[in-house]
Amino acid sequence: MQNLSSWLGKRATGIYAVIALFYMMLPIIVVIMLSFNKPAGKQNTQWNEFSLDAWKNICRDQTICGAVTTSIQIAALTTIVSTILGTMIAFALVRHRFRGRTSTNLLIFLPMATPEVVMGTSLLALFLNISVIPLGFWTLLIAHIMFTISFVVVAVKARLASLDPRLEQAAMDLYADSKTTFRYITFPLALPGIAAAALLSFSLSFDDFIITNFNSGTTVTFPMYVWGAAQRGIPPQVNVIATIFFMSALLLVVVAQLVSAKRVKR
Amino acid sequence: MQLIPTSSKAIFTQPLRNGRSLTPYLLLIPGLAWLGVFFVIPFFSLLVTSLMKPAGSSVLDGYVNALEISNYMLALQTYWPVFAKSLLYAASATLLALVIGYPLAYHIALRGGRWRNLMLVLVIAPFFASYLIRTYAWKTILADESFITSALNFLNLLPQDRILNTPLAVIAGISYNFLPFMILPLYASIERIDPRLLEASKDLYADSNETFRKVTLPLSMPGVVSGTLLTFIPAMGDFINASLLGSAKDKMIGNVIQSQFVIVRDYPRASALSFILMTLILLIVFFYIRRAGTEDLV
Repeated sequence: MQNLSSWLGKRATGIYAVIALFYMMLPIIVVIMLSFNKPAGKQNTQWNEFSLDAWKNICRDQTICGAVTTSIQIAALTTIVSTILGTMIAFALVRHRFRGRTSTNLLIFLPMATPEVVMGTSLLALFLNISVIPLGFWTLLIAHIMFTISFVVVAVKARLASLDPRLEQAAMDLYADSKTTFRYITFPLALPGIAAAALLSFSLSFDDFIITNFNSGTTVTFPMYVWGAAQRGIPPQVNVIATIFFMSALLLVVVAQLVSAKRVKR
Repeated sequence: MQLIPTSSKAIFTQPLRNGRSLTPYLLLIPGLAWLGVFFVIPFFSLLVTSLMKPAGSSVLDGYVNALEISNYMLALQTYWPVFAKSLLYAASATLLALVIGYPLAYHIALRGGRWRNLMLVLVIAPFFASYLIRTYAWKTILADESFITSALNFLNLLPQDRILNTPLAVIAGISYNFLPFMILPLYASIERIDPRLLEASKDLYADSNETFRKVTLPLSMPGVVSGTLLTFIPAMGDFINASLLGSAKDKMIGNVIQSQFVIVRDYPRASALSFILMTLILLIVFFYIRRAGTEDLV
């Protein structure tokens, strides 16, 4: 009896997990499905007819592709700057002892614990008050770097903290100086964490709407385009772009998982 | 690339470099300076803006520095019901996310087996599908003619006979969108539980319910606390779900701040509202953490 109920219990959470994961994937399935739709009216919310039109003509509406280009430019620059700044902070936090560690941790934690509306409005208040930089591409870049740094720090820190310190000690024992140890041991071992952090900040920046909405001026990013189009109807091309982005990110993650799984086996 | 920590049983005995070296400061300064200038200082700008008064009779004349505390009084007087509603929506969405997320996190952490990594990838996958577009997709899923709405209507479970454009849709949307923020900390804290404790509980003749109630659940409380906070905080300021899935009556405080800032351009009032929101959240977080007795969140 005990065995039977525990067997059932085991299955129960498994069945639940499948349902819950399906629920999490459901909107994404809908997004992908509607990219192959030929909407009946302006709103692409109901299935009408299978068509590859949107996939063949992604840039039919020039503003979509312009917006995507802007988003990619901002996301790429954001990723470069915030990955470098965040990784430096993570190294300082994990590998060094210094005064002001608690306040540093707090300063890193706060942007993740502040609602985006508050960060977006505060930054807008700053830009309005100093009015040195006009709202647009550069203010967006500043804002995106600001809110992604913390995520980079957390991701890289997690990786560094899980490394076996004996590997570095071994390198030192074999007469490697601290530079060589960093170059050949620490940095390569930290690289998966840094790459994950870069991917994270790219997608956070590419996808950001709330902070962007306040600080964009007349610059149109992809989410800003979607927001503007939502009222009159989102064209299926938007679903195509979302699908492409989703698939590429997922592919990267899966490949990375497989590579690291292989490494562990070896 | 590693998005998911392979083991959270991290080794914390790192060789911390001693001595009064300048290196840590050189590493810290650029990033912290960025946060200082573009995260900390803006709060003062927000405070200054929230106390401004109009320079002339029209919005176009701009605003001048002042000490108009009455901006706060007026903002609270006009919008306290919206604050209350946002609190209700955000709290309900957080609770819903906890109820949906806990069993899933539990399964992945303790019974995931070889599927664990795949399931974790699926949990974070929604992050890679644009927030706006996946929220927009809920319009399709919850539409009046949709399968879910018809099924729930058939069972007579919907007070308003529909989901879209009701508070229910807003709460469902928020809880869906922030679910990964709930699941990941829950997963991390359940996975960290020493399996020997669960065995010990069984050895002492506790059945699986009792083991869950007296061992697993209390030990996963840090995850519950950080998961609920990571869901509640962004939920409180969100305006995307209310805009896309709710009716005009379901607007949250984020919607008000957004329209006051971007459309009406009443900067002082919008800043005051934003400042009140931040203070409210800080107070809630402070009391919540004190009650929950977890201080190692940072």
